[in-house]
Formats: sequence, structure tokens, C-alpha cells
Amino acid sequence: MSSKLLGERIKRKEDPRLIQGRSHYVDDIQLCGMLYLAFVRSPHAHAEIKAIHSEAAQKMPGVLAVYTGADLEGRLGLIPCAAGMEGLKVPPHPCLALRRVRYVGEPVAVVVASGRYQAVDAAAQVEVDYEPLPAITDLDKAVSSDSPVIHESLGDNIAFVAKLEGGDWKAVESDASLKVIRQRLVNQRLAPLSMETRGVVASYSPGEDTLTVWSSTQIPHLLKTQLAVMTGMDEARVRVIAPEVGGAFGSKLNVYAEEGVACFVSRQFGKPVKWIESRRENLMATIHGRDQIDDLEIYFRPDGKVMGLKCHILANLGAYHQLLTPAIPTLTALMILGCYNIPAVFVETKGVFTNTMSTDAYRGAGRPEATYIIERVMDMVARELNLDPVEVRLKNFPPPGKDIVLATGVSYDTANYQKTLKKVLTLSGYKKLRREQARLRKKGKYLGIGLSTYVEICAMGPSSRMPAGGWESGTVRVEPTGKVTVLSGTSPHGQGEETSFAQIVAEELGVPYDDVTVYHGDTNQVPMGIGTFGSRTTAVGGTAIYHAAQRIKKKMARLAAVKLGAKPSELVFRDGKIETEDGSKSVKFGEVVGEAYFAKQLPPGLAPGLVENYVFEPPNYTYPFGAHVAVVEIDNETGEVNLRNYFAVDDCGRILNPMLVDGQIHGGLAQGIGQALWEEHVYDENGQLLTGTLMDCAAPRAHQFCWFETANTETRTPVNPLGVKGVGEAGTIGSTPAIVNAVMDALRPLGVRHIDMPLKPEKIWQVLRGGSPQVV
Amino acid sequence: MQRVRSLTINGQRVAVDAEPATPLLTVLRDQLGLTGTKYGCGEGQCGACTVLLNGFPRRSCQTAVGVAAGKKITTIEGLARNGKLHPLQQAFLDEGALQCGYCTPGMIMTGVAFLRANPHPSEADIRRFMQGNLCRCGTYPRIVAAFRRAAAIKSS
Repeated sequence: MSSKLLGERIKRKEDPRLIQGRSHYVDDIQLCGMLYLAFVRSPHAHAEIKAIHSEAAQKMPGVLAVYTGADLEGRLGLIPCAAGMEGLKVPPHPCLALRRVRYVGEPVAVVVASGRYQAVDAAAQVEVDYEPLPAITDLDKAVSSDSPVIHESLGDNIAFVAKLEGGDWKAVESDASLKVIRQRLVNQRLAPLSMETRGVVASYSPGEDTLTVWSSTQIPHLLKTQLAVMTGMDEARVRVIAPEVGGAFGSKLNVYAEEGVACFVSRQFGKPVKWIESRRENLMATIHGRDQIDDLEIYFRPDGKVMGLKCHILANLGAYHQLLTPAIPTLTALMILGCYNIPAVFVETKGVFTNTMSTDAYRGAGRPEATYIIERVMDMVARELNLDPVEVRLKNFPPPGKDIVLATGVSYDTANYQKTLKKVLTLSGYKKLRREQARLRKKGKYLGIGLSTYVEICAMGPSSRMPAGGWESGTVRVEPTGKVTVLSGTSPHGQGEETSFAQIVAEELGVPYDDVTVYHGDTNQVPMGIGTFGSRTTAVGGTAIYHAAQRIKKKMARLAAVKLGAKPSELVFRDGKIETEDGSKSVKFGEVVGEAYFAKQLPPGLAPGLVENYVFEPPNYTYPFGAHVAVVEIDNETGEVNLRNYFAVDDCGRILNPMLVDGQIHGGLAQGIGQALWEEHVYDENGQLLTGTLMDCAAPRAHQFCWFETANTETRTPVNPLGVKGVGEAGTIGSTPAIVNAVMDALRPLGVRHIDMPLKPEKIWQVLRGGSPQVV
Repeated sequence: MQRVRSLTINGQRVAVDAEPATPLLTVLRDQLGLTGTKYGCGEGQCGACTVLLNGFPRRSCQTAVGVAAGKKITTIEGLARNGKLHPLQQAFLDEGALQCGYCTPGMIMTGVAFLRANPHPSEADIRRFMQGNLCRCGTYPRIVAAFRRAAAIKSS
């Protein structure tokens, strides 16, 4: 591969339309005769529905219908859960609540009207008689035997118990020389909070018997299948389009009630139907992330070597399963050892129902929780032994370059954890920072230096280990004019793969970058694929496209070889030509394209045309890694944490476009640092959401960040021919513990081992004044 | 109150028909098809719906169309002149200061007004001023860089 495009800072193909406001997100789609939906939602976390009075709403101007759960029963299927595991309890999850509501914001009824505001006004007139029931939001209480049960038919609130065990625990527990730390860590609930809320337009054409759905989704293909099942339609007659999607971060990797209801209503009326989520609905009724309690036991030698890690996880699933709800915390167990060779591990994960919105995939999805645990473990061990956190990490890293199989049974691809650590220590001037810290401590000032050396699991993934397939499709079609169309089954929504995919294909075919156009997200336009999540789009989807391009090249080389009197294997694709390496025999790319389409003299066995599809099944996940250093200063008066510096060295395998990679790191850092310092999505004990607006849930803004110093190492993965690992979630995964470690490092003179996130000023302030850090 | 019948948007008078209390955002998007201006929260907390009224940045979700009547309204669609991007748009492009693009029109409109008032801002000035605009993709470092680039271009 003569590299001219790959590895370069190529500007994004997506941006010209976006910076001019000329793209089309769901709410920008207007169809003739469109009807609008508004949902009536439960104000109670847990209640019996005694009666629903919709007569007044029905008489409001423009209102065409009001539907309740009873109206939909048997006519619209349940919301699906794709995660399967042994003994998993799956409660029925109707699109509109039946008889009982189980979280604040649960849809109870829907109003159909000819105007958007008419629908909202009428929804406010639907009266629902509720009989409130005790609400359960606390995980410890939810699993106790005397707790009220959220789904009575399931017996208790425990959806599943999963165990992961490895290594020789007898040896660990009988070794009297080992020290033990016990610690509870709370990983708080977060709102994914994409800037574009969810939205759907469903348009059923009775004449053609076809249903077209525009949805702000990460998974148009999977959604198509599920909507066909839910509506009972022939799947071949359902088309889903993910138009421009304004961010998702995992929250649109789902099948939602409103999507099902919009399809149902459109079929009832034979008209297009639109629903756009309000921000308040987005905070209530779009999935949430994280929300775990992790009880740890850490067994370690006096020299800093960790010998065993036990963790009991209580994972808050919310009231129902969404698409992947129960699968998310299992990733925490899988990745709990991070990049450390710890010989014994035991993890018990309990998935727990509570009267809250479902949790599901939010950027990182189970891995930030794992990284938080293990990176806090390393720092707590260092603190206990009065060792430098760097030393403890080096003591526990596996040697570089070897195949790594951990006690969890996970085998990592290529890695060199020592290298990223060394690089970030140099980049940050770590030793100098430690000297500065010592000087400031003498003056009573608190400077903290926090480290995180993470590894994550991505490029999801081998189908054998994925809930609903982990392969991806890619198509390359050279048009008769020589322009190139690329179709991907993935569904990027801000990551920039229209650019990186075009780079791959232009480079492979030796054609201008501007001649390549990438399409995705329309199930009638591109072959079946899986979607965009789990940092898989380039590593899996890009690889499928790479292979499709190889097939095109193979065919074109055969055609060119006949023309040139050369062997196909001698030919290279470059600068719009297909030629021998020395250039002595050469034919224009477009000329060979013409041969393929006019098909006058095709070699025997070669079909006309130039379109190739490839379905790539990844043989393994990939495991990007990195090392981050955060530097914080604590304001002694207010307890505020000032983020002074942030250094990130990330290894996501081969880098196709540094601009895209850096951007993904920046974004990941913003969300990961946000969790550590500011963000939390909070229910009170009655299940009322306390953080229901943007001002309350504290998503960070520009003035809260310092400049990010980023760098990379490039350790290519053997899992795919591009050598790409994936980068969408790395920043989020690596940064949260680096920040918390930095703050705890700053507060070390005060003798506090741990404070739960977010590290808001009031918590720090109390510690500074000798109070208990756990009191919020 | 009298219904609003016309507005001046991006240098042109356009006919509309709206109750004066209707949010400007609704009129722009639903009546005029100017969908570049985005709904983010409807509560003035995210900045995605920012437009210029007589050159000042305003939240169109919180601005009654009656207030906007008679003023010069500029939306993201009106920034480029004769096919040439506004320097801040160009800077966003060059710095790659966007990902999903949803907050971008509001960011750019806010920035245009900011740079007009502060032609030579420091990084701290930019970060402080932009705190009303939320970008969940976390492109803040690039946005700051784009502002600085646009400021340098304008002053040179």
C-alpha cells in the first residue's frame, strides 16, 4: 500500500454541510399530511394504573386519537432485549404501560394530532388515576429479601447473577503475607445527553404496503428487523433510515417505545407520523449509563504485586430491559483486571431492577466501570504501601509483546503498556510534577497527579460472543463514470467515517479522494449491517470495505492484465492508473471501468460490472490501551477542583486520520472527566428524577476544561488487515480514574482514601475541614 | 395581539403568519424551512438554537417571534456570502471543530457575535463566553482553536 491518504490529517467530508446548517436530522424532515405524537408519561416511579380518562383530550382541537397500553395490547409487540444469559429474567416491556408504571417518565398513553403543539396540549389533558406503590431506587434495599418487588411475576428484583472466577484462590487466601484492602466504589448514573434528542418519523404507504422510518438511531438495520417483528409487517416492506444523527454515545443503540408507537400510529392512519423528544423526556426516558456499586477486596504483596481481586457488583438495570441492558455490566467483569497480570479473580455481578429508567450502553458501556475499579485499585495499593503509583503499575504489567491471557480468560491482542506509560511520564514531566507537589505541600497547597493506564475491549466483535451479530458489511461500487460509491452497514453519527472510509478506498484504488462517496444508514440503499457502537465502525466496518476494495482490484487487475499483456499480480493501482510497478505498462483506471461495464471482451468467467460486497467477521475483539496523567489543583477555600493539565497517550492501533482520532479522544475525555468531577443523574428515594434539566445534570462546558495534550503510540492489531483497533470510547474509559486518582493524590495529606464521584466542591470542602467525605 | 406577518431574515423580507408569542425557533423551522437552527432544550440552556438579532446572539427558543419582528435576523443559512463561507465557518472546517454537527450552527452564530465584539480574544475569554453553548461531542479544544484561527484571519 503506497500511503498517501491513510495516516494523513484529511478534512472531513461531512463538515461542509454541517457548518452551513444544511444537513437533515430527523426533525428537519417534513412530509405532507404529517401527524404528530405526544406521550403521556408517568409522574410516579411505581404505581397501579386505575383508570385513564382521555375524553377531554379527544375533544381538543386537531386531536385524532388517544391510545393507551390496553389499545396496543396484542397489536404492537413488546420492546426487545437482545442480551441473553443463563437464568436472565426478562419482564414484559410494552410500548405503553399496562396496569402498572415502574419509572417516572414511562409512557402511559399517546395522543395523535395534526399539529405538534396540539398533541402536546392534549396530552396534558389526559387524566390518569394512579395508586402509588412504594418505590425502590436504592440497590442495597432492592436486593434485600423484604423489598417490594417491581415485577411481581419474577419473584424478586434480581434479574441475573453472573459469576466470573479464575486462578488459585486457595493459594491467595492462605497466604498470610498478603495485605488486604476492602473498599466500596460507587459508579454513579449518568445521562448520555446527545445534543439531538431522539426522534422518529414513520410513514406507512397503504397502497404499496411499505413502511419507511427515519429514526435518530445507531442501528438502522437491527431496528428495521425489530420494527417488522413489533408491527407484524413483512420485513422486506420495512425501510429504516438513520439520517444525520446529532450524537448518541450509545443511547441510540436501542429500540424504543416511541419508535414502535410511531409505526403503529402511521399504519392506523396511513399517514406520516412524527415524534420528537423534548429535552426533559430525553433526560427521563432515554437510557442512562453506569450506575453500579462495586464492593472490592484487594489482596496484594508488600512489594506492590496484586495477587487477587474480588468484586461484588450491584448493577442498577432500571425498571425494564432495553436492548442490551443486562449485557453492559458483564463487560465490567470481563475487563476488571485491566492491563495487569493478577493471578486470581472473582467477580459476582447482580443485575438489579429498580424504579428508574433503564440503564444501557453509554460511551464505554461497562468498561469505564471496570477501568475505574482497577485503576483505583492500583492507586489504593500504592497509597497503602507508600509506593509511587507508577511503580505499582510496572510491577503488575505483563511483559510486553507476549500473548496475554488473563485470569478472567480474556486474551488481549498486541500491547505494550510500558511504552505508553513511559511516553506519558515524559510528556507530562512526571518527576518534575512530583517535585512541585512536594514543594506546594509544604506550603499547605494541594496539587494532585493522577495516573490511569487503561486497556479496553472494542471493535465489537466476534459474532459468537455478541448478542446480535458482530460482523459488518461493506460494498464498493465503481460507477461507469469511474466515480466510486461505498456502502457501509455501519451507521456513523459524528465519528467521521464518511471520511476515513473514503480514505481507505481512494488509497486502495488509486483514485482521487474526492471521487469517493460514502453512504450509510439506509436499509434500502446499503446491504444489511449491524451498526455503529463499541468502537467498531472503522475496525470492523472499515475492514469490510477494505476487503470489498480488494475484490474490485482483483477483478480490475484481471481486466487490465489482458489489455496490458501483464500478469494481474504485477499490477498496482495509483494516480488513476493501473500499471506495472515500473510504469512501463499502464492503462487508465476509467478505461478498465469501461471494459467492465461495456463487457465486450471480458475474460472467461468474469461477470460484467464493478460492484463487490464483503462481510467481515472479526476473529477477535481488539484491545486499545493508553496512559493518562491528570494534574489538578484544589481550592482550599471552596473545595473546587481545577483541572490544570491533562496528558493522554493513546494506542488505538494504526491511525488512519489523526484529526479524527484526536477528536474522538477529546470528546471521550470531556465525558470521562465530566463523570469524575461534575456529572450525575440522580433519583430521590421516591424515584423522582432530581436532575431533569441541562442545568441540573451538569454536562460540562468549554470553560471547565484545560487544553488536552494528546499523543499516540501505534501498535497495530493483527485482528484486521488495517491494523486498526478503535478509538471511540478510549478517552472516556481512561480519563475518569486519572482524575479521581489525581484528586485523591492531592488530598493525601488529609488521610482520605476514597471519595465517590462526582468530586463536587461540597464533598472536597467537607474533607478539607476534617469532615466525612461520604456525606454529600 | 396582532399576528406577525413578516420578518427580515438573512437580508430578505419573508412572509410568515404567527402569533407573536410563538418561539422564533418554531417559525424559522416549521414555517420557513430554515432547519439549520436547532432545538436542543427549549429552555435556553444549551445554545443550539442561537441566531443573531441585529447582530446580537439570542436563543431563538426563548425569543418570541413578536420580539424578532422588525429586527435583522441572521441564521446559519445566511452566513456564507456569494458562496464564500464566513471566516468562522471556514475555521471550523479547517480545525475540524465539530463531530455530530448538531450544536455547530449555534456555536458558530454565538462565535460570530463574540468575535465581532472581541476581535482579539484570549483562550480564557473564548472559554468563558462559550459556556452557554453545550457540545456533548466535547469538541471544545477545536472550537477554541477555530475561534482563534478566525480571529487571526479577521485581524490580518
